[in-house]
Amino acid sequence: MVAKLGLNGHDRGAKIVARVLKDAGMEVIYTGVRQTPEQVVETAIQEDVDVIGVSILSGAHISLMKKLIENLKDKGVEHIPIFLGGTIPLLDIPEIEKIGVDKVFLPGTSLNEIVKYVYDAALKKRMKIRD
Amino acid sequence: MIEEYIYDYIEKAERNDKRSIGRLLTFLESSPSQAFKVLNIILRNNVGKAHVIGFTGIPGSGKSTLISKLIHHYIKDNYKIAVIAIDPTSPLSRGAFLGDRIRMQEHSLNPNVFIRSVSTRGLKGGLSFAGVAMVELFDYLGYNKILIETVGVGQAETDIMNIAHTVIVATMPGVGDEIQVLKAGVMEIADIYVLNKSDKEESQKTFEYLDFLIESREIGSRIGWKPKLLKTSALMGQGVEELRNSIEEHLDYCTSQGYFDHKINLRRKTLVKLFLEKTLIDKLSEEFEELKSMNVEDFSSQLNILRKKIEYFLREFDKYI
Ligand SMILES: Nc1nc2c(ncn2[C@@H]2O[C@H](COP(=O)(O)OP(=O)(O)O)[C@@H](O)[C@H]2O)c(=O)[nH]1
Ligand SMILES: [Mg+2]
Repeated sequence: MVAKLGLNGHDRGAKIVARVLKDAGMEVIYTGVRQTPEQVVETAIQEDVDVIGVSILSGAHISLMKKLIENLKDKGVEHIPIFLGGTIPLLDIPEIEKIGVDKVFLPGTSLNEIVKYVYDAALKKRMKIRD
Repeated sequence: MIEEYIYDYIEKAERNDKRSIGRLLTFLESSPSQAFKVLNIILRNNVGKAHVIGFTGIPGSGKSTLISKLIHHYIKDNYKIAVIAIDPTSPLSRGAFLGDRIRMQEHSLNPNVFIRSVSTRGLKGGLSFAGVAMVELFDYLGYNKILIETVGVGQAETDIMNIAHTVIVATMPGVGDEIQVLKAGVMEIADIYVLNKSDKEESQKTFEYLDFLIESREIGSRIGWKPKLLKTSALMGQGVEELRNSIEEHLDYCTSQGYFDHKINLRRKTLVKLFLEKTLIDKLSEEFEELKSMNVEDFSSQLNILRKKIEYFLREFDKYI
């Protein structure tokens, strides 16, 4: 699943990632812009997704990701890996990873790298679920 | 016992635990044997009650937006609503872009609404086995309105007639090929035609033409119901209440004529057909992969190899599912 979190309404980047994942043979659920952390978690649950990709351009990435991870835990689905992209400064990465975000992609990351990450993360997650 | 966890999920799903419902839906779209385990439990003594409504029509005509607006009305009526939004799988990459939710996310936190995106996964029809199986699950769980969105391309869309009590075809003004689509038969299946985007200038002309086709019976009525034609603007929220009323009118008609239960019957038979179809196609594809690496040249020997495999598979069917 690919979601655009926060108030900023531009989703070109998120859409490009969604397309690339689709072209790599994945089924991508796209939620569109201006999603709240609650919406992202509820959607992930209803769609039973393997990986959540989030794009944030508003600058509020730390507080939004905190809320998102809290929500995942509340709902008992913290085993779903999350990756984050957008305008994330290099210096913020350690803190974001400490919150529980699986992977952060800086601007300019190659799309191949993202595809490879998502593929591996999905496999890992599926192996964790016993059924 | 392997089914233990499925009972567990079903029990929780009955209490509207969304996560369990989400898992069960995944089982229904994974292997046929996994789906069979779920269906075998939920279809025991279950009489269908849900009103199943199919939305089809050209991409971009506003089906997802219409569904979202309709949900507002159904929420007020205290219904539990399920949406099954089907989008095509790319034949080349086998991936899919599932974007119907974009228009419906305002309902994502409502406990009485459940939205699930489904891709066709290479099946010829817009409606896969998984899609129909999902209808059965939502029906079992007591959802009142089950809305199915499919992309209106190709003959296979007529599948929706076997599944939905009420079929709605959405179109929009100013589509060059629209009339061709109409003639090709996709549009002949509706109980209700919706001309959406009627806020657009060109809409009156298209409306008059569609009206003419219905009045002159160029597009047919089925089981004694004359198709309705409505103008909506999903974007402005216009005509949506009329659409809701027309859908109820059609439901009343179906019920009074005994078609409601008849449709459920037909749907479950369709489910069996699709189940077997998927199981056999999966098996055949598997054996085909093996055949590719075999050194057999002539047609009848190749046919014999595949036929024997399928015969054996059918004889041992119980063990596979
Ligand atoms: N002008 C106008 N645009 C609409 C209307 N309904 C939907 N749209 C727009 O048409 C586009 C496609 O809508 P969508 O619901 O995704 O169509 P679908 O592909 O049939 O599901 C979106 O950009 C909508 O905002 C309408 O009544 N009027
Ligand atoms: Mg749509």
